[in-house]
Amino acid sequence: MAISLKVNGASHSTPAEPDTPLLYVLRNDLFLAGAKFGCGLAQCGACTVLVDGKATRSCVTPIGTLGNSEITTIEALGTIEKPHPLQKAFIDEQAAQCGYCINGMIMKAKELLDQKPRPSDADVREALAGHLCRCGTHNRIVAAVVRAGKEIGRVGQ
Amino acid sequence: MNAPTLTRRGFTQGLGGLVLAFSLDPAELLAQGAAARLPGSLNNIRSLQAWIRIGGDGNATVYTGKVELGQGILTALWQIAAEELDLAPSRVRIFSADTALSPEEGQTAGSQSIENSGTALRLACAEVRAMLVDLAAEKLAVPANSLTVADGVISTADRLKVTYAEVAVQLDLTKEATGKVAPKPASAHKIVGQSTPRFDIPGKVTGRITYVQDIFEAGMVHGRVVRPPRYGSTLESVDDAAVSKMAGVIKVVRDGSFLGVVAEREEQAIKAREALVKAAKWKLGPELPDPANIHAHLKSLPNKTETIGVKQASALAAANARIWEATYTKPYLAHGSIGPSCAMATFINGRMIVWTHSQGVFPLRNELVKVLKLPAKDIRCIHVEGSGCYGQNGADDVALDAALLARAVPDKPVRLQWMRDDEFAWEPYGAAMSMSVKASLNAEGQIADWQYELWSNTHSMRPESTDGTNVLAAWYLAEPQPHGAPRGIPQPAGGGDRNAIPLYDFPNQKIVHHFIPEMPIRVSALRTLGAYANVFAVECFMDEVAALAKADPVAFRLAHLKDPRAKAVIEKVAAMAGWKPGEVGSLGRGRGIGFAKYKNLASYVAVIADVQIDRASGQVRVPQVWAAADSGLIINPDGLKNQIEGGIIQSASWTLYEQVRFDKTGIRSRDWASYPIMTMPDVPKVAVELINRPSERSLGAGEGSQGPAVAAIANAVAHATGKRLRDLPLDAGRVKAALG
Repeated sequence: MAISLKVNGASHSTPAEPDTPLLYVLRNDLFLAGAKFGCGLAQCGACTVLVDGKATRSCVTPIGTLGNSEITTIEALGTIEKPHPLQKAFIDEQAAQCGYCINGMIMKAKELLDQKPRPSDADVREALAGHLCRCGTHNRIVAAVVRAGKEIGRVGQ
Repeated sequence: MNAPTLTRRGFTQGLGGLVLAFSLDPAELLAQGAAARLPGSLNNIRSLQAWIRIGGDGNATVYTGKVELGQGILTALWQIAAEELDLAPSRVRIFSADTALSPEEGQTAGSQSIENSGTALRLACAEVRAMLVDLAAEKLAVPANSLTVADGVISTADRLKVTYAEVAVQLDLTKEATGKVAPKPASAHKIVGQSTPRFDIPGKVTGRITYVQDIFEAGMVHGRVVRPPRYGSTLESVDDAAVSKMAGVIKVVRDGSFLGVVAEREEQAIKAREALVKAAKWKLGPELPDPANIHAHLKSLPNKTETIGVKQASALAAANARIWEATYTKPYLAHGSIGPSCAMATFINGRMIVWTHSQGVFPLRNELVKVLKLPAKDIRCIHVEGSGCYGQNGADDVALDAALLARAVPDKPVRLQWMRDDEFAWEPYGAAMSMSVKASLNAEGQIADWQYELWSNTHSMRPESTDGTNVLAAWYLAEPQPHGAPRGIPQPAGGGDRNAIPLYDFPNQKIVHHFIPEMPIRVSALRTLGAYANVFAVECFMDEVAALAKADPVAFRLAHLKDPRAKAVIEKVAAMAGWKPGEVGSLGRGRGIGFAKYKNLASYVAVIADVQIDRASGQVRVPQVWAAADSGLIINPDGLKNQIEGGIIQSASWTLYEQVRFDKTGIRSRDWASYPIMTMPDVPKVAVELINRPSERSLGAGEGSQGPAVAAIANAVAHATGKRLRDLPLDAGRVKAALG
């Protein structure tokens, strides 16, 4: 029996088995490739999406456990033409080298900003402690999240 | 599946039918006459149309054989082209490596893309602009030197105008470049020298299809491979009957000791792989060396010695000279790409197309020719970005894996991403190294004599770097193809001996490179090759000898340098950090400096690091790093800073945390828990200042800061603790043991 998932506000059914990690359904059935396979072990954070607002490692989250949860991916935050303040801040800070980890950084930062709208540099570092970056872009990522927090605060979102 | 909005075409649709209208074979081009040497990659690829086309709309498409690895190179090359063409950047499209379309520029490696591809594009675009101006001059019947160009509009002083679009049709780009049209002087630059935002970043932060891991084709299926328990094992048997019946499995593919599976869905391929791991019976290959004695083991292997950098003083140091000596080591390091390597391949009508994040699509194709026994014309390798690689990760290997699986299921595009343990256990690491230095001081406290020896495996087993076949699966096929004998990379760039010759001005010196051919652990190119270890040893030893001479480390370096650009970066970073001679270190704050001119040919970088050490655990923290860099003419200041910053942070991680774990049974670093790297709370703040030298040629920078950074941190740890740690990594256990 097909499983139904609520992703970015719409309902989708998938032929995948209930034990299938959400990551593969997002990437291969829904063509939402923003979340990345990094380790399959919940160690690196590249696959992070929001499940009912909570940052979740989609590589170890079986779709059968999701029920009616609202799943949000980076594609729903904003677009190149109309980026979310977090995405805009990452562009303004040029906070990417290869960019493979950036999906996870932004989705985890979204959870942080939803809970703590004006985080400090230290708050951001702590929140992103479980997200690995290999290019050494960390400081720009932190600056982008702090900047996005200020921007969201300024426009009162 | 009720997703009516998801009707995107396959990513690759439309790419397959391109027809080649010109030859890019450099041998053929060169055969046209022994012409004078041209700068950069223009020397090998001389046809202007290999580099640039002007469309009927007056817009330009430029071609490079270099690839985006996250270093921002395509944006920098795009700036160079737009600058010389006098076109708005939005009217210039840059096309990267594809064996069917792009100039053959070998590997994107060694921080050479600006120097080689950038130089070629700069000269070719300047020449094409001059040709367009000549055509306009003819059309307007005015002298070419009376014309000006702005955004593709060529104008006379009295406002007669001709556009690139109007004269493009007359442009003959089949000509060879002459290299004789001078590019713009730096004073006329409007685009070069600006921090133009990278054009790839908006897509990367909004989840657009960017990476080879993301691409798809209609009818695409998924592959996974099963690797042996350790190097050199052979597959004795595999009972694949049950696996073949698993849901979605299309085919189990076996060729000798190469084992893989193709399935309809990705999670099905992963489950089938897990089942195959259990079903496969291996005859184990040779045991690995004992990690506790790895450096002694490597030194015990046969080696070829080469003596380089010899300087002989007219009079040797006095007999009563103070002498100091030390030995340093560096472990095997993993590239540790965040995204495991990936490729997509499709085998249609006897032709193989491979989408790959290889650093060199042409060398990769040549390896595939040998393994697949197909002619080069029937294999096309197209670059698509992957996760950052930092040298040779699994990119080339997974491309062959995908091609082998695709060949077994013709007409079905196969996408294969390695699992995390495939990448960690099978990528070729950066080689373990030992460095021994001995120096003597004269009565004035100057270094009179410097003797340096290093022991290392090769630092390049990339495709085409030996006479054999340098892609992993080739060694495990029923008809195996060996990798061939490793070769060093000659000076002045060097491989294991990269930066082994100090830039300092010593009257007497000798450097001996012991090149060890036998590789008990698989190795190849990791960012900086031997420079990270050699700069660590040279710069730590400079501090050790400075201490013997009772000299300040900054003053001691300056006293041994003649090159004014080297002195300038050291003086600048000392000013940035507020360096004070004679400051006493403590566990609360130690401070150190490191300097190098990368390869002795590229960017000058000096770094100062502050460290704090936790007495209880021995953990080193690096709160702040400063760097000053001179890369000649700067193309994109922010892009350059991003590279210098990234190199420092990556080097700090290598230095404090990293070593590949193994034991006799095999590689034990198989995930991020068994190969920890620096995480966000421990990352230092980094301040970078650039010295722009508009009249000097641009110098590669992507590998410029790693060596100076390890040296600065290690010297800071010595300053903080009063103990000299000479074995990397400077992890908590080692520091705690040194503190006693």
